[in-house]
Amino acid sequence: MSALGDILHRGRHVAGHHPYPRVEVDAAGWEDAAFQTADGRCTLLSLWGEVDGVHMALAGPDAMEIAVISLPCAGGRFPSVGQHHPPAIRLERSIRDLYGLEPQGAIDERPWLDHGRWGRRRPLGAATSDAGSGEAYDFLPVEGDSLHQIPVGPVHAGIIEPGHFRFTANGETVVRLEQRLGYVHKGLDGLMQGADLGRAAKLAGRASGDSTVAYATAFAQAVEAALGIAVPPRAQWLRALMIELERLANHLGDIGAICNDASFALMLAHCGILRERVLRAAAAAFDHRLMMDRVIPGGVAVDLASEGAAQFRALLAEIRARFPALVELYDDTTSLQDRTVGTGRLDPALARQFGAGGFVGRAAGRGFDARSLAAPLPYAELGFKPVTRSEGDVNARVWVRIDEVNHSLALIERLLDGVPMGEIAAALPSVAEPREGLALVEGFRGDVLAWLRIGADGRIARCHLRDPSWFQWPLLEAVIEGNIVADFPLCNKSFNCSYSGHDL
Amino acid sequence: MSKLLLQALILPPVTEPAPKPAADALAEIAAKVDAAAKRRLGRSLSIREVDAGSCNGCELEIHALSNAFYDLERFGLRFVASPRHADVLLVTGPVTRNMREALERTWRATPDPKWVVAVGDCAADCGLFAGSYAVAGGVSAVVPVDLHIRGCPPSPIRLLEGLLALLES
Repeated sequence: MSALGDILHRGRHVAGHHPYPRVEVDAAGWEDAAFQTADGRCTLLSLWGEVDGVHMALAGPDAMEIAVISLPCAGGRFPSVGQHHPPAIRLERSIRDLYGLEPQGAIDERPWLDHGRWGRRRPLGAATSDAGSGEAYDFLPVEGDSLHQIPVGPVHAGIIEPGHFRFTANGETVVRLEQRLGYVHKGLDGLMQGADLGRAAKLAGRASGDSTVAYATAFAQAVEAALGIAVPPRAQWLRALMIELERLANHLGDIGAICNDASFALMLAHCGILRERVLRAAAAAFDHRLMMDRVIPGGVAVDLASEGAAQFRALLAEIRARFPALVELYDDTTSLQDRTVGTGRLDPALARQFGAGGFVGRAAGRGFDARSLAAPLPYAELGFKPVTRSEGDVNARVWVRIDEVNHSLALIERLLDGVPMGEIAAALPSVAEPREGLALVEGFRGDVLAWLRIGADGRIARCHLRDPSWFQWPLLEAVIEGNIVADFPLCNKSFNCSYSGHDL
Repeated sequence: MSKLLLQALILPPVTEPAPKPAADALAEIAAKVDAAAKRRLGRSLSIREVDAGSCNGCELEIHALSNAFYDLERFGLRFVASPRHADVLLVTGPVTRNMREALERTWRATPDPKWVVAVGDCAADCGLFAGSYAVAGGVSAVVPVDLHIRGCPPSPIRLLEGLLALLES
C-alpha cells in the first residue's frame, strides 16, 4: 500500500468530500502524515486551518492519488508539520495569525501575515482587539565580517506588488535573502465566509489578478465537485481555452520582462505587442481583456461566437509568424545569455521537496503539471504533455515559458477545432447538508488549489485558496544565495511569484 | 536581430492615435487642482505607481500603457522609480492596513505640488474587499485623491483618457 493509502486507511473517512477522499486522524496520525511528507513519500499540496481544526492536502509521488488529512484541534493546538517539513512553515504561521491555532514544536514562532496593524488578533478565530499600531519584525540575525544589509520595499521601484526583501551581502555577493510578505493581505478568507457562490466566485477571481481564469476555474470546479454536478462539455472546453490564453499572455509578458531586467528592452517591446494582441482578442471574444468573471460555478458566463474564434485564429497566425524570430533573438544574443545561463540555479531536490509548481518546478526537473490530472478539463483529449528542463537556472525558466507558449498555441488551435456545441452552464442545485470539494488547476504560474465547504444554507462556510507562490517564494530565497545583488531582479522576474495570491 | 531592427524602421508603428481626455475626469480635475499648480507642473509629468493592496490586475493594465500600442511616454508622461522624482502618485488597490503606513510615507516623500490618481474600483471604494478587517479603505481614506479612474481593472484606454485629463488645462 502507498504511504498515502496507508494514512487514509487508518483515518476516519469523512462523507460529502469530492472528488478526492478526506479522512480525520488523531494527533499521531497527523504526525505520521508529516513524517511521510518530510521523507518525500508524499508532496504537501497545502495546509490550512479553520476555527476548530487543521487540514493538509497531500499528493502521492506521481500525483495520481490526492487526499485531505484533517485533525480536529481541541485545545487550539496541532503538532507542527513545519518542524519536520520546512515548506509548511509559512502556512502554519498564517494559520496561527488568522485562527490562533498553535503549531506545537514549530521552529519559527514569528507572525507572518499579521503585521500587528489589523486592530485585532486572530481575526478569524477567537478574536481579540489590539491597538493596531504595528510591531517590529525580528529578521533573522546575521553574523560575520564585512557584511552589509540592503532593505528593499515594501514599495518597489517598478510597477509591481509590494513586499519587503532584506538582503545581506558580502561585497556584491548575496549571502542571505529574507523575505517579509503579507503587505497586501486583504482578508480574503474572512470575506469568503458567508458569501453566496456568485460573490465568492468573483472574490476567487481576484485572489491574484494575473491568474483570474485559473482561480475562477479552480473555485468553480471545487463547487461543482461538492455539489456533484456535471458541467456541459462546451463549458469545459471554453474554460481550457481561456486558461491557455491566460498562460500565453502571461508567458509572453514574462519572457519580455525577464530580458528587460537584463537591460534587453527590444524583447520587452516585441513581446509586449504580442501580449497586447492576446488581450485584445480575449476582449473581442469574451468582453474582458483579462477574462475576469467569465468562468462561473456551473460553466462559463459568455459563449464563444464564430467571430471570436476567428479572432483567435488570426492571433495564432500572428504569434506563429513573429514568435520564432524572438526565440532566435533570445538564443543568439550572447550578452543576454551571459546574464541568464547559470544564474539563480534551483537545486532539483529543493524543487521536489517544496513541490514547486509551474515553470519554477518544471525548469528544475519536477515534471508535475496539473493539466496531466484526470480532471474535468479536456487536456487528455488534447494530447497534453508537460514540458520539463533540468538546469534550474533563469535560462531554463525562460525556456520552459518559450516551450509552453508554443505548446499553448497548439492547444488553443485544437480547442478551437474541437470545441463541442451545446449549453455553456448547468444550474446549481440547492443542498440540504454541508458539502466539500477540492480542485487543482494549472494556472500560468503553477497549480492553484481551491478547497471549500458549502454550508446547508448554500453559502461558503470556509474556502481556502492556495497560490503556487507559497512553495516558490521560499525557493527564491534559496536560489539567490551566492549570486550578485544585480542579478536579483532577473531571478525574481524569472520566478514571478504572486504577492496578492500569497498574502490573501 | 538586424532583421527585427530593420523591420521596425520600415513597417508603420503600431502606436495608436490618442484618445480624448475623459469628460468626467476633466470635471473632477478642474474642481480639485488649481491653475497655479497646473502651471508649475506643466505638460510633462513623472508618475510613481504604488500598489497599496491590489490583486495585481490593475498593475497589468498600467504596464500595458508602456507597450507600443499606447506608448505613454509620447505624451510626456513617464514612470519613475522614486516618489522623490514624482509629480503624480498612481495608487491601486483597497489600501490594506498592512500597506497604510507605506502609502502615507510614499505620499510624504513626494514633493509638492503633487497629484494622486486612484486607479481601479478597489482604489475608489474597496470594491469586493469592502468591509474586511484587513482593509483601511479606499485611497482617499488615507491620502487626498485628485482623480479616480474606475474599472476592474480599467483598460489602458480608460487609463489614458484619465491621465490625459491631467495634462489639459
